Parts: sequence; structure tokens; C-alpha cells
Amino acid sequence: MRKLSNAVTSPQGVVLIAAILFALVIGSINPGFLSVATVVDLLRNSLVTGIFALGVMIVLASGGIDVSFTAIGAFAMYATMSLVLGLDVPVPVFGLFVISAAIGACLGLVNGILIGGLGLPTLIVTLGTLSLFRGALLTFVGTVYITNVPRNVVSFARTMILRMENSIGQLSSLPLSFTVLIGVTIFVAFLMNATHFGRTIYAIGGSEEGARRIGIDVARVKVWIYVIAGTIAGLAGMTHMTLSRMANPFDLVGTELNVIAAVVLGGARITGGHGTVTGTLLGALVITLINTSLLSAGVPSYWQKVVVGILIILGTGLPIVIDRLAKHRERLARAAV
Amino acid sequence: MADPVLSMTGIRKAYGPVRVLEEVGLTLHPGEVRCLAGENGSGKSTLIKILSGVVPADAGSVTIAGQTIGADARQAIAAALSVIYQDFSLFPNLTVSENIAFLKTTAGGERWHRARADRRLARETLARMRVDLDLDMLVELLPVASKQLVAIARALANEARVIVMDEPTTALTRSEVARLAEIIAALKAEGVAFLFVSHKTEEVFAFCDTITVLRDGQVVAEGPTSAFDAARLGCEMTGRAIDTQRLARAAPVAAEPFLSVRDLARKGDYAGVDLDLRPGEVVSLVGLLGSGRTELSLSLFGMLHPDEGTITIEGRPVRFTDARDAMAAGIAYVPEDRLTEGLFLDQPIADNITVATLSSRGFLSRSALKKRARDAVQRLRIKTPGVEPTVATLSGGNQQRVVLARWMERSPRLMILNGPTVGVDIGSKREIHEILLALSRAGTAVMVVTDDIGEAMALSDRVLVMVKGRITGAFDADAVDEDRLYTEITGGGRG
Repeated sequence: MRKLSNAVTSPQGVVLIAAILFALVIGSINPGFLSVATVVDLLRNSLVTGIFALGVMIVLASGGIDVSFTAIGAFAMYATMSLVLGLDVPVPVFGLFVISAAIGACLGLVNGILIGGLGLPTLIVTLGTLSLFRGALLTFVGTVYITNVPRNVVSFARTMILRMENSIGQLSSLPLSFTVLIGVTIFVAFLMNATHFGRTIYAIGGSEEGARRIGIDVARVKVWIYVIAGTIAGLAGMTHMTLSRMANPFDLVGTELNVIAAVVLGGARITGGHGTVTGTLLGALVITLINTSLLSAGVPSYWQKVVVGILIILGTGLPIVIDRLAKHRERLARAAV
Repeated sequence: MADPVLSMTGIRKAYGPVRVLEEVGLTLHPGEVRCLAGENGSGKSTLIKILSGVVPADAGSVTIAGQTIGADARQAIAAALSVIYQDFSLFPNLTVSENIAFLKTTAGGERWHRARADRRLARETLARMRVDLDLDMLVELLPVASKQLVAIARALANEARVIVMDEPTTALTRSEVARLAEIIAALKAEGVAFLFVSHKTEEVFAFCDTITVLRDGQVVAEGPTSAFDAARLGCEMTGRAIDTQRLARAAPVAAEPFLSVRDLARKGDYAGVDLDLRPGEVVSLVGLLGSGRTELSLSLFGMLHPDEGTITIEGRPVRFTDARDAMAAGIAYVPEDRLTEGLFLDQPIADNITVATLSSRGFLSRSALKKRARDAVQRLRIKTPGVEPTVATLSGGNQQRVVLARWMERSPRLMILNGPTVGVDIGSKREIHEILLALSRAGTAVMVVTDDIGEAMALSDRVLVMVKGRITGAFDADAVDEDRLYTEITGGGRG
């Protein structure tokens, strides 16, 4: 019972309840909204955000912040496609994901070396590389939409693992690329909870100096964190490409805030040391729910930005306020003794 | 006697032209508790850094359990050395059991995270210490004393044979210190050796078998604790004779109080407080952490609001809405944690001294500010080449003087100081006490909030004892002894 009340008053609990209320309100305006099909749609729409968010969660858990991941995702995805089409060799879809992930890893290594190796502040470095990677993509790789994607990509995009129709006959389905999210989820959950390396990430987020003092090679761990985040961004970029069935170099960049909001709503703290896989996925769902349902309720899209802004402030502010209240209550309890 | 588990010989270290350590040697046998005593700046911390492999020595060797240690923290940890820093360096976001197991799993190059193995190790280690803690509690939620126990357990879980403790009792209450002493005695019997870094004389005598005194980078005295007494230890540390007796006071105490408090209460913090603070008088408020002493003093400074009761200044009732009101009424408050609440560490000394007294017209004269800062530096004998360097470059005692200088610039009518000499060595402590007495003689009312009984005795005219939010005793400092006060602050006086 106490656990339940804790879960409800935790920041994620508050956000989840707010999201459910929100869905109910939208549902009362638009009755077709409350259906299984909507849930499937929601899962599909939160796919790319979810993958990106898992990478960002690792960075936040270590006490850093990454804003360059969308640029990495766009770069990796577009460079992979131009490479494959330029060489004109048939590559299986799985191969495309591997190449994109590898490019993402290399770009992540750039972040890692600057942050871990040189000890520069993470926000400054990733702000710089966000602009750098995007600029390099548009200058050296290309600016043309690639619409003639290979046939195997089209058939991959058309393969559904779930398909359903709602009461008013709209079709919604879950594409095969959903398995990428499942795979990344399993990997990150395993990394963070079952390996010593994963616990080291939390330890560094909790106290970097403390980690150094017990003999953890903080610089090395940091390099790896950004390589892993880059790899995941590369996978997210490629997933985005298969969903839209074209490679647009102007895509993705600009959605950073959505993803960071998702991660923060999921309980990761900007100050580091906290963040769970479940919370992060929940955060991605909530952000997507709000964005898509506002759209379906006919609210102008500028309003989404207002709502996301409010959610970020709530997500980061609530833990602090709740913490303060808890301390106050503890003080009163002490007085009662 | 058995072979030493730790020996350091001929350690030398210089930073640029400044020689920090010269030919320092130190040995530690299994089951021995040695105190490394010295003032701030004596080279203690550098020696510990070399010992733990964080900083390389210029010359000399460190041998732990038969292994020679280079400048590598991991090597020192592998050789069974653990340093428990003053801030404990734990991971606040992880659980007790994870924290206890982390050092061992890291040192052992563990690849996987096994929560169950962590818990078993933590449970066994805590059982060895006869301590009971909730293994799943996040460390950030633990009280300070329990955090220290977790830090000790973490060292023991890694089979530490030498444990270095930096200022281990600073944040502990008396009963917690007694408990720590028990744990250390039990571990001594198992052959664990301890090196205490300290400048608190009482704890040196309570805990240690042997003493090494460091001054200006050299070992100036060494021997069994029985060969030392407080006076000799102070003398060796500072290089001059330190009077540990009460300071003489002269100024007649004014009859009319500057500030009076009647029936002050704040729910959860304190209740029924009566208090008079007179010009020319030094009053100490002694109590344990959590006794309400800090909350009461913050209320006098307008930073917390009492629920009931009255505060009067020179007979007129006042109600402070914030610290600015209190400052306008002539009250100054020097906070407990000068580093986070009081000082701008990265700013020049001059700016730190003058920041509370900037001209109200909105324009600054840099040269006038600098002159004022230089005068203050001279008056308070702050050891610094000038007023330009940042406060971060000063030692603890000198930083505290900068805080004092800032408030003295305002010529306050009442100065409240919370733990004015926490983390300050005895030489500086004495000088800070003298500064406060001079202030008092000049007609300022001074209130010192402290848990250091010796300090209260040396400094004050009256000592007020606070237990669980109530003032339970008021004593003339001339007519009470330390033991009586100890009993009083732990609530023993009331049966």
C-alpha cells in the first residue's frame, strides 16, 4: 500500500496520471480516440523517440547531457543510404542498420573523446557537435531527399508484426522495425542492471569524484557511454528512415527537446545518477501521446511546444518539490516524537 | 613486534618551488591506531594523497602489506588500503548494499552486477561490524553517522588492512563517536590498522595508540599517545605554546539586552525559548546536531519564521520577514557551512570581504573597496600574499577569517556564529576566538552556536544548553566543567 502511494506520488506517477486524464479528456471530445488501435498507433509513433530516449537516458544517468544525438541519427542514416546507393551493391536491411550503427558509434566516439578524454563539459561539447555533425552532413554528404530507397527497405517497411482496424474502419499497424526498439530495450536494460559497467555509469552520475577515488577509470567509461549513445542514435536514425521510406537529411534535428523531455519525464534527473528503462519508455509514450492527441483534437501544433515545455518543467521541478515536502514532513514527524 | 603493514620512508614532495614534504617517514603495524596530527597546511593531505596513490612522490617509497605502491590508486586499493574521506565519497543514488560492495567488485575487475552477491557481502560485513542497516536504503537518505559506517564497511568488504580516516568525528554526536570507538576497537583486534588524520585533540587521545605530528612538511614528534598531553600536542603542531585555558575577558556586560526572546516556538524545531543577548557578552548555545540550535539561530536572523513568541531589539518588538530585515537591525550571521553558504570560493578575497557592505548608491569604487579589504586582512591576520587571489587558495582557518571580516565590515550590534571553528586547526581556532573576544569587548553582542564544549568553555561568559528544541540549562562558564556540560547536552541531566 505504501509502495503504491509512493509510486503514485513519484514524478513518473504524477506524469502518468496526468497523461491518462489527458487521454480521457481527448477521448470525450473524440470518442474514436479511446481504442486499442490508438494504443497501437501510439506505440508506432513513439518508436523513434523511444530508441533515442534510451540512449539519452544512459548519458543522463552518468551525469551528462547529450543534445547531438539527432544530428548523429540523421548523419548515420543519410550517409548509410548515400553510401549504399552510390556503390550500388545490394545490402540486406539488417546490414543497413549495422552500417548506420557503426557510423553512429564513430560520431559518438568524437563526443566521447572530447568529453571523457579532454574532460570538457558535456552540454558545450554536444551543442558543438550537434551543429558540426549536421553541418558536415549537409556540406559533404548531401542535401537531396533520397526517395528511391532499395526495394528490400520498402518491403521491410511494409512488413507488419501487428495489424488492426478500429470501430470507424481506420487501420493501424505495428511495423517490423518495432523489433529494433525491443532489441535496444533489452540491451540497455541488461547493460544498466546486469553489468558492473552499467552500475559504474550510475556511480559516476552519483559522484564522479567518488568513482575516481575507488579506482574507476572515469574517462574510459565516459568514452564508452557516448559511443553507445551514438550507436543507439544511429539505429534510431535508420528506424526513422524505414518508417518514412525515404532519407531526408533535414529530418530529426529539432526533435531533441521532445526526446530529452521524454527521458526527464521518465524519472532520469538532469543532475545525474537516476534513470530507468521502464521510466524512459513510459516517458516516450507520454510525450508521443500528448503530441499526437493534441494534433488529432485539432489543436495548433505550436501548442505542442507549450505543453512539452510545461512537462519538462514539471518533470524536473516535481522531484525537487516532492523532496522538499518529504523533508518538511520528516521534520514535523521528528517534532511529534 | 610483527612487520609493519604500512611503511613510508623518505617521502619528499614539492609543488614548484614550495617544498610540501621533506623526508617524511611513517609506519603502521597490524592492529595499531595511529594519529597523523598537524595543522592545515602541514602537509597531511599531500601525504595521504601520496599514500593512496593519487599523487606521485618526488622521492621515497610506500610499502603496503609488502607491496611497493607507485602513483596508482588502484594499486593502493589492491594492496588493501582504503581511504575514508571526510565527505565519505559514497554514491548517494545507490543503495547501502551496492555502495558496500562497489569497491570490492571494482577492484576485483568484476564484469557482472550480481545484486544477491552484493547483498550477501554487505550483510556479512555489517554483521562483522555488529551494525544493523537497511541494505536497500538509498545512501542519500542516511544520516551522516550511518554514511560513515557504510564507508567503513565498504573498506572492510574489500579486505582492507589499512584504513585511513580523514577527520572521522567531525560530524558525529558524542554517542556516535562512542559507537565508532567500539567498532574500531573490534576491528583492531582483528588486526586492521587505522591512520587517523585529525586536529581535534580530544579524539586523538580517545582513539589513538600512537601519534605522528607533522609540521611544515616534517615529522616533528612521534611516539605513544601516553607521551603526549593536550598542551604538548598543541605545542608540537603549532610550533608555539598554546594556552588551552579560558581566555580572559574584561569588558563589563551591559545591563540592558540588545536582543531578547520570549517564549519563541517553531513547530518541529524548538519551543518555549527565552534568551537575552547583551552587548559585551559572549553567549554559547551548545547542543547536538538536530537539537534545534541551527533553526533557532536562523530564526533570530530572519531566515526562518517562528510560529509563536516575541523577539525584541532594545525593547522594541520586531518581526523579521527575511535576512535583510535582520541585517538592517544590526544582526550578522556567519553560517555553519562557510563553503557553500558563506563564501564565493572562486572570487577574489577583496570581493568576498566587501560584498555585504557595497555602497547602496549603486556605484563602486574599486580602490576604496580594496583598501578596506587590505585593512581587514591585516586586522584579522589572514595569511595571503594580497587581496587579489581567490578564497579557494586559502586554508580553512583563513577562509573562516574572511567570513568574519565580511560581517565585521558591517559593524554589527549582534553577531551570531554557527560552528565558527569547524574544520579549523587549533592555532587558527585560538586566533579566531581572540578576534571574537575583541569584537565582544568593543561592545558587540556575540552568540556562538556549537557542539564543541571546549570552545564554548574557552570563549563564553554564559553557556546555554539546548536539548530537543528546548533550552534546558544556563550556566556561568566560570562555574561549570566540561563533563557536566557533556551530560547536559546529551539530555542526561534530566534523568
